Amino acid sequence: MLDRRKLIKSGIAAAAGASGLAVAARLANQYGLVPPDHGGIYGVGETLTYASQRLLTSRYSLAREFTRNDISRIAPVNGEPPQNDEYQSLLNGNFAGWRLVIDGLVARPSSWSLAELKRLPASSQITHQACEEGWSFIAQWTGVSLSYVLNLVGVSNRARFVVFYPFDFDINFWDSLDMADAFHPQTLLAYGMNGEELPTQHGAPLRLRVPRQLGYKSVKYLSRISLVDTLKNIGSGLGSASPDYGYSWYAGI
Amino acid sequence: MQRFGGGLNTEVRFDARTAYIRHSVVVRVTHWINAAAFVGLVVSGIAILLAHPRLYWGETGGVGTPSIFDLPLPFMLTGQSGWGRSLHFLSAWVCVLNGLLYVAYGVVTRHFDRNLLPARNDPRPPAEELQTYNLTQRLTYLTVVFVLSPIMIWTGFAMSPAITSVFPTIVTILKGQQSARTVHFIVASVLVTFLGIHVAMVYVTGFRTHMRAMLTGRAGKELHAGPS
Repeated sequence: MLDRRKLIKSGIAAAAGASGLAVAARLANQYGLVPPDHGGIYGVGETLTYASQRLLTSRYSLAREFTRNDISRIAPVNGEPPQNDEYQSLLNGNFAGWRLVIDGLVARPSSWSLAELKRLPASSQITHQACEEGWSFIAQWTGVSLSYVLNLVGVSNRARFVVFYPFDFDINFWDSLDMADAFHPQTLLAYGMNGEELPTQHGAPLRLRVPRQLGYKSVKYLSRISLVDTLKNIGSGLGSASPDYGYSWYAGI
Repeated sequence: MQRFGGGLNTEVRFDARTAYIRHSVVVRVTHWINAAAFVGLVVSGIAILLAHPRLYWGETGGVGTPSIFDLPLPFMLTGQSGWGRSLHFLSAWVCVLNGLLYVAYGVVTRHFDRNLLPARNDPRPPAEELQTYNLTQRLTYLTVVFVLSPIMIWTGFAMSPAITSVFPTIVTILKGQQSARTVHFIVASVLVTFLGIHVAMVYVTGFRTHMRAMLTGRAGKELHAGPS
């Protein structure tokens, strides 16, 4: 008798727990607390980290900024510039023919030359960039706020992610940001570094800077930005090339 | 009779007058969850470290800048730091949530008061060596739980660009992100040393008795029953 009662009780408790979890998962997804690489056992950790940091950090908490004296003399890089002909010929032409395409869920799909981007209000930051390998440096980055450009092209209410494509994106990782980081005041489309043109090794002519995340989220050699409502149809559907190589989509750590 | 590996007999019978519960069920469960999470943290920590086995002080550091310590390990850029990070954060979540449960339990049940804070002038000698912890053990366990583990969590958070955007003081007080990484490594090494000594002491002072106490909770004077 007692055992049966216990069994019924634990059955009800398990059902309540499972439906509670299902409701929690649904709510979390609705409020943008589930990363695209949430699957598998490691996905549990990724989701807990992403959700708790999204709840904790607000859209406006600013990455630390530094002074000119803090700028590192050495700024290491990983990877090589794109080797394809398209990029090489643009590089040889000093990027005069380069254009940044912005498409997807926007009111005004458009393409932008470097000169056009430089005419937009410039923004500058001296921030810390840490590689997931462990090394780090501080540099000054100059460019235009991504949020400024996104507001110019008019982002649809349906858009949930911003996807960044570099030249040669089989080799140079494509990536994506959620709206919180895309519209974050420090998220920059950078064309200058330490007072000079963005060096080739650092992603010329234009790179992303996301100072609240590890270095690999700051996509170099940008060629196209696309606004989407889902990441499921792009690449392996995990939000960036990084998870294919074992790295997290969210790198706020 | 049920037996665990190594012939650890869980069905030992104890003299009823001396039998007692050495470790409560919460202490036992959290102990083994923590053990698993700690192994996960150490393995993945090494995987992450191998991508750049050099340590720096201050905000920045990299190849070409002066380090304070070069570990005698190769730079391994084979992608192991990717799963390393995933395993590290998963284990860290388990470790922290489990640790919070343990600490809450220890405070509520006065486990820390009774069993870990140094005993105050208790003239009665312990009935049995196993029944209580000596001063060195008490201080060591308290240091691990309330000093070293919080430093690990703090320095871990201090390396996060997202978390330090909300709480910048946790990294500036350490002089920078690379300092946090270095302190994280040093304290991790202390904890690994602790684990080594802890396991060695369990072996030296009676592996079966300690394992039985931490698995089943039971301890006391054993009755030597006849062949069963």
